[in-house]
Amino acid sequence: MSITSDQSYVRTEMLTEKAPPSTNVGIIGWIRANLFSSWLNVVLSLLAMYAIYSTLAYILPWVFGGVWNATSLTECRIVIAEAIGDGHTAGRACWAVIHERFWQLMYGFYPSDQYWRPNLALILLFVAIAPVLFNGLPKKMLLISVAFPFVAPWLLWGGAIWTPLMAFMGFVIGYFVHKFASKIAGSLVGIILGTVSALLWWLLFSSAVSQGISHMIGASRMSGEIERLETSIPLQEAEVGRHQAIVDPLEGQVIAIQEEIDAAVSAEKPVADLIRTKTPLYLTLGSASSDLSKEQDMLNVMRARLTAIKSLPKDETRSQQLADAAIAARAALPASVAKLTDVKEANLGTSAEDKDQLEAALKVEGESGSLQDRIETLYQDVGLVGLKPVKSRDFGGLMLAVLLGITGIGLSFPLGIVLALGRLSDLVIVKALCVGFIEFIRGVPLITLLFVASVLLNYFLPKGTEFDIILRVMIMITIFAAAYMAEVIRGGLAALPKGQYEAADALGLDYWQAQRLIIMPQALKISIPGIVSTFIGLFKDTTLVSIIALLDILGWAKTIQATSDWNGVIWELYGFIAFVFFIFCFSMSRYSMYLERKLQTGH
Amino acid sequence: MTTLTDPPKASFRLSMLLYDTRYRSTTIQVIALMGFMLGAAWLINNVAVNLAAAGKPFTFGFLSDASGYDINQKLIEYNSQSSHLRAAVVGLLNTLLVAVMGCTLATFLGVFIGVLRLSSNWVISRLAAVYVEGFRNVPVLLWIVLIMAATSHSAPQPKDFRGDNPSATMKIFDSVAITNRGVYFPEPLFSNSLGDVAMFPDSSTEACEAYAAESDDDKVIKLAKSCGSFQISLDLIAIGSVFIACLMISKLVANRASQIQAQTGVRPTVWYLRLGIVAIPTIITLWILGFYLGYPELKGFNFKGGIYMRSSLLALWIALSLYTAAFIAEIVRAGIMAISKGQSEAAGALGIRPGRTMSLVVLPQAMRVIFPPLISQYLNLTKNSSLAIAVGYMDVTGTLGGITLNQTGREMETILLLMACYLIISLIVSTVMNAYNERTKLKER
Repeated sequence: MSITSDQSYVRTEMLTEKAPPSTNVGIIGWIRANLFSSWLNVVLSLLAMYAIYSTLAYILPWVFGGVWNATSLTECRIVIAEAIGDGHTAGRACWAVIHERFWQLMYGFYPSDQYWRPNLALILLFVAIAPVLFNGLPKKMLLISVAFPFVAPWLLWGGAIWTPLMAFMGFVIGYFVHKFASKIAGSLVGIILGTVSALLWWLLFSSAVSQGISHMIGASRMSGEIERLETSIPLQEAEVGRHQAIVDPLEGQVIAIQEEIDAAVSAEKPVADLIRTKTPLYLTLGSASSDLSKEQDMLNVMRARLTAIKSLPKDETRSQQLADAAIAARAALPASVAKLTDVKEANLGTSAEDKDQLEAALKVEGESGSLQDRIETLYQDVGLVGLKPVKSRDFGGLMLAVLLGITGIGLSFPLGIVLALGRLSDLVIVKALCVGFIEFIRGVPLITLLFVASVLLNYFLPKGTEFDIILRVMIMITIFAAAYMAEVIRGGLAALPKGQYEAADALGLDYWQAQRLIIMPQALKISIPGIVSTFIGLFKDTTLVSIIALLDILGWAKTIQATSDWNGVIWELYGFIAFVFFIFCFSMSRYSMYLERKLQTGH
Repeated sequence: MTTLTDPPKASFRLSMLLYDTRYRSTTIQVIALMGFMLGAAWLINNVAVNLAAAGKPFTFGFLSDASGYDINQKLIEYNSQSSHLRAAVVGLLNTLLVAVMGCTLATFLGVFIGVLRLSSNWVISRLAAVYVEGFRNVPVLLWIVLIMAATSHSAPQPKDFRGDNPSATMKIFDSVAITNRGVYFPEPLFSNSLGDVAMFPDSSTEACEAYAAESDDDKVIKLAKSCGSFQISLDLIAIGSVFIACLMISKLVANRASQIQAQTGVRPTVWYLRLGIVAIPTIITLWILGFYLGYPELKGFNFKGGIYMRSSLLALWIALSLYTAAFIAEIVRAGIMAISKGQSEAAGALGIRPGRTMSLVVLPQAMRVIFPPLISQYLNLTKNSSLAIAVGYMDVTGTLGGITLNQTGREMETILLLMACYLIISLIVSTVMNAYNERTKLKER
């Protein structure tokens, strides 16, 4: 018996759905829901829209109506004043400063004919990390990834091609020693011996071997070099003359047009067109005269080298004599000062004659050393097979920030993992060392670490060790970021359920296998947002090197502002730099979001 | 039938140090410790040798020498005859000043932006997002130098305030002067002042006495005589103690009101009583002390009187606050979003209004999530304040790690002291934070 069947008022089929009211769907619905849902929201939306409108109404003409062709801020202001029509010159940007100084902002003093080297290094970087970022690429590409750490420094700093090969040889030697020793004495001994042999190779032999090769090549080339120089010096002189012939008329033209501009300004006639014609001429003149000075420098180098090679036999005899004299002077020193390398180190009781004698001996030694250095430098220069060396001082601009950022990211990540594992380790001493290191680094500002790099690090190394400033800064930035990275990764490790560790143990995996196959892949995935924000922080922090007098992009901004032409340019320069950093950092954070979504395995 | 016997006891062999897990960890630790100690000994030895060669024995004696440089923004008395140590203290106080100011402004701004980002209004939440992304993705050093350059280029010069028809005027009832050198505020002064009391007056050095003896100016003599000590204003102590006492009484009244509410269900209206308890005694104290505002006035080439905030401090403060506020906004947003929706729905079901839901239900729980990262942002701001050196604000990096380092040439000692300053600040703050976290932790069984 059914009750419902005779209750005829119960509907047996559903009504068809009605369309929602037209004010609740589509654009109107969206606007009502998101902009005008209440009186407060109406007011807020209108106020916000008005604020946006008035800001954009000021900024957009400023950005897109900016002046690109001018050679100084004064000219810029003149052009703007003529374009707008009144005295209000702050309403348009003066992008001309970016136009004129673009390459300095990007590369600093890096030689302009060598820009391809950092560019190539950057492209190689993308090729090298491609197999890490994407799966499904041919395995052979990993060869580039392996070679990259050796090739990139060579590309950037230049020098003999032997240097990266010798660095690579260290790994080869370490590998073979490890393989050989672990067969005989077990894997741990193998690892230790392999590491030690590689370190020994790098510290003691590699630079000597690579210099030796260059020296040999230099010696064999020496006679041919004279002929080559003698034929090419006249050619170079002609080249300098040719460049001079380009520069001189250009200079004349620029001066003429400048006079025209000055005359027009004093006659209060419009000059914007004149300035617009002057700018390309001025920029061409700038690059032409830098070419000229480059050719001139090259000529001077050739001449100096020719003289040096011609006097080489004489110098070598003299060097031999000096070396003998130095040995004799050292042997003749009294016992109390015989081992000193500086007069300041002498004890208080040392007599004046002894000090004088030491000073004389030191002078001979110094002379002998500098002459030997000069001869060796000549051999190295003549025997150079590779790229033109570039000094660290010349690195600058955005390139420096990218270089420091990429090495910092690449090195702080593994170091951070090691520190995080150490901090969570059961080994009490290892844990204490890691905790102390992490907390110390996190407790002090980066700028103090950079001070350490710039003034203090030399005290910590054996006397006389010269250490490249960029390398020092790299080390400091890396350990700074590694401490933060360690904390981020520790958070990821702590978030893993304990069952994962126990499951790894149950499978019989040892510590490193468990970390590599089970723990790390999950922990790193959890900590991606933190890792990427540490990377972003590191990249932004590279600007701090401008405080210790390295000319990164921010340092260049200050330098440009200090010139008389561009004194007072603020918003254009800083706006441009902010834009560049924004692009880098924002795309990194977007990539991390993409990565998180890609790796998501939950529901 | 088999009998159970103990397994044969393995005698200890040397190889067990490597291959037996019972001993291996000890081996590794001993090796690590030895490596660390060898490395540390090598570094220390190098330092000793190099310092000896440079003729700079490791002492902190230079700290008591006269510094010989001036500091233009200071909280305690200081002149060029004061010691390097005092210069460092002035710098440290300046660091703390900008850190406290920055943290305060950044918190207000950050909470505001964070709440706006959660707004249901699309334009408002987008604007907040633009703010956050814009400030987070650009280096803080750039913001600092940009704001510094912008204020010193676009603000009027003091001379623009001069004349009958000046091109610049003072703001807010002629009380605040914004110039390219900084901002001048009115300062609180007392006509019946109780005077200052000098702490540690004995520590004034001979150099200070000599400086005082040479000088004719009363103010300089007073300043120089106190240059080893700290002046504490009795007026401020009086006002502060009255104010705090009043606050405590007012709190008692509030507690009493809550008690009545608990008993009867009706809360008596006490806000005017509480306001009166706090305001009236404080105002009376101010009146007794003869409180008035000293306005900045244009004298000669510059403003005189009032509180002077240099543009470097202003730029640093604004830039650090704007930058850190972006991070705090994200923390606040994440904290609020971490509270499950059920909580606010439950509050709604109990009939609690949305505003009170936020303050009574969501925020107290969100604070537990927000607090730890917030403190770490405060620490970041304090550490970032060391970038003051880029705009010439004399914080501890500028005095101890800047001019003192350059004048005395004692890199090792000054930089170690500098690091110690920041480390101590960090350690104190994180200890307090850990204690707080422990107290507010969810008590779970």
